[in-house]
Amino acid sequence: MSLSRRLLQILNFAALVAMLIAVYAALVLAPDAINVDPSIRPAQRIIYFHVPSAWSSMLAFFVAFIASILYLITKHIRWDIWARAAAELGIAFTVAAIISGSLWAKPAWNTYWTWDPRLTTYTIVLLLYIAYFMLRGAIDEPSRRARMAAVYGIFAFLSVPLTFMSIRWWNTIHPVIVDAPENTNKFGLGPNMMNAFMITNIAFIILFVTLLANRISLGWAEERMDALKERLNF
Amino acid sequence: MKRYLQVVWAVLWKDLRIELRTKDIFTSMAVFAVLALMIFNFAFELRVPDKTMVIPGVLWVTITFSGVLGLGRAFISEKDRGSMAGLLLAPVDRSAIYFGKMLASLIFILVMEVFLLPLMVIFFNTNFISLPLLLVLFLGTLGFAAVGTVFSGLAVNTRTREVLLPVLLFPVMLPVLMAGIRATIGFMEGDALADMMKWVNLLIFFDLLYLVVAYMTFDFVVEE
Repeated sequence: MSLSRRLLQILNFAALVAMLIAVYAALVLAPDAINVDPSIRPAQRIIYFHVPSAWSSMLAFFVAFIASILYLITKHIRWDIWARAAAELGIAFTVAAIISGSLWAKPAWNTYWTWDPRLTTYTIVLLLYIAYFMLRGAIDEPSRRARMAAVYGIFAFLSVPLTFMSIRWWNTIHPVIVDAPENTNKFGLGPNMMNAFMITNIAFIILFVTLLANRISLGWAEERMDALKERLNF
Repeated sequence: MKRYLQVVWAVLWKDLRIELRTKDIFTSMAVFAVLALMIFNFAFELRVPDKTMVIPGVLWVTITFSGVLGLGRAFISEKDRGSMAGLLLAPVDRSAIYFGKMLASLIFILVMEVFLLPLMVIFFNTNFISLPLLLVLFLGTLGFAAVGTVFSGLAVNTRTREVLLPVLLFPVMLPVLMAGIRATIGFMEGDALADMMKWVNLLIFFDLLYLVVAYMTFDFVVEE
């Protein structure tokens, strides 16, 4: 069963509107951050892109994790398509979060890269899911590929909190050179900043759901094409 | 339960017996470990003020890299000789096969460590071995074997086989490596086991979590 075309159209439209509102919220609605140096106040607005990207990526990997479990339970191809679609989007949002984080780090901390727990964890997560797709790419038979990928997807997702925790503990002994971005995150945000922050987060979740739905429907199309090729001995 | 343990033992003993006759895995792991120590020696000799500073890193990286060599073989020989089908046809719980294989890999890596540790003491001219360190080594190796055996089963199904194994394994193993290195540094600086409990607990949690997940998922890895 594929997602209906109509639903996709509605979602696509909703995502477009949501992202336009998000741009307005991030650039117009949100006031300048008064708690950072005036020279980097414009750069601070990257938070409205960076944090939603990070949240969406975690949501994506969580969906991939649940879909992997459901695949192993039901052996239904649907969940393999879901897992793959979500993991792909997770990688895309992770890359967006890492790049936007680096762009913020340069003006704020004068370096593109620090071994901050979140940054390091994110890079490991990226490597985990690149490995996930390497595993998929190295198996030809579809049902076997789905099974192996599902097992790896479960192992990979479970390691994320452990990695985060160990890097944080590691850094509490080796003092963190730059302060973690806690103070620029949630708690330093004024009321209008908080509104913009929530709006952009919701917009990114709508964007994620839309992309996921499109990717799943593409996955079904690929599935049908493979079945047709099979029938034609192509 | 007794029958389950018999199956585990049968698989374990089979692997150990093959290894005792061929010595394939142990030889390659041990020679690789020596080579790694040589390379580390040249990598650090001139630039590091005190060579004992790099012991924790050298120890864990050597174990990880040579351990992955041994893990890679866990299922390849079964697959190549066609004996995997025989194992799977046996009317036993497949998780018992997992535990047998896992224990075999665990023993191979532990034996390699027993060989590696005195060698490092000689090369670095420092006795850094202590009882808490051995405990941490065991816990780390257990986690490594627990995850590595499953991933070895995954990798054997792929075209690239053992080439893929480290790519799959290392990002998941990162917490174990960090806990191991951190605790080794602590013990070398004279910290008591109690100060390192945080890392020991992390290792125990990691081991238990992945043993349970492996127990639940191994069926799907070997299923034909």
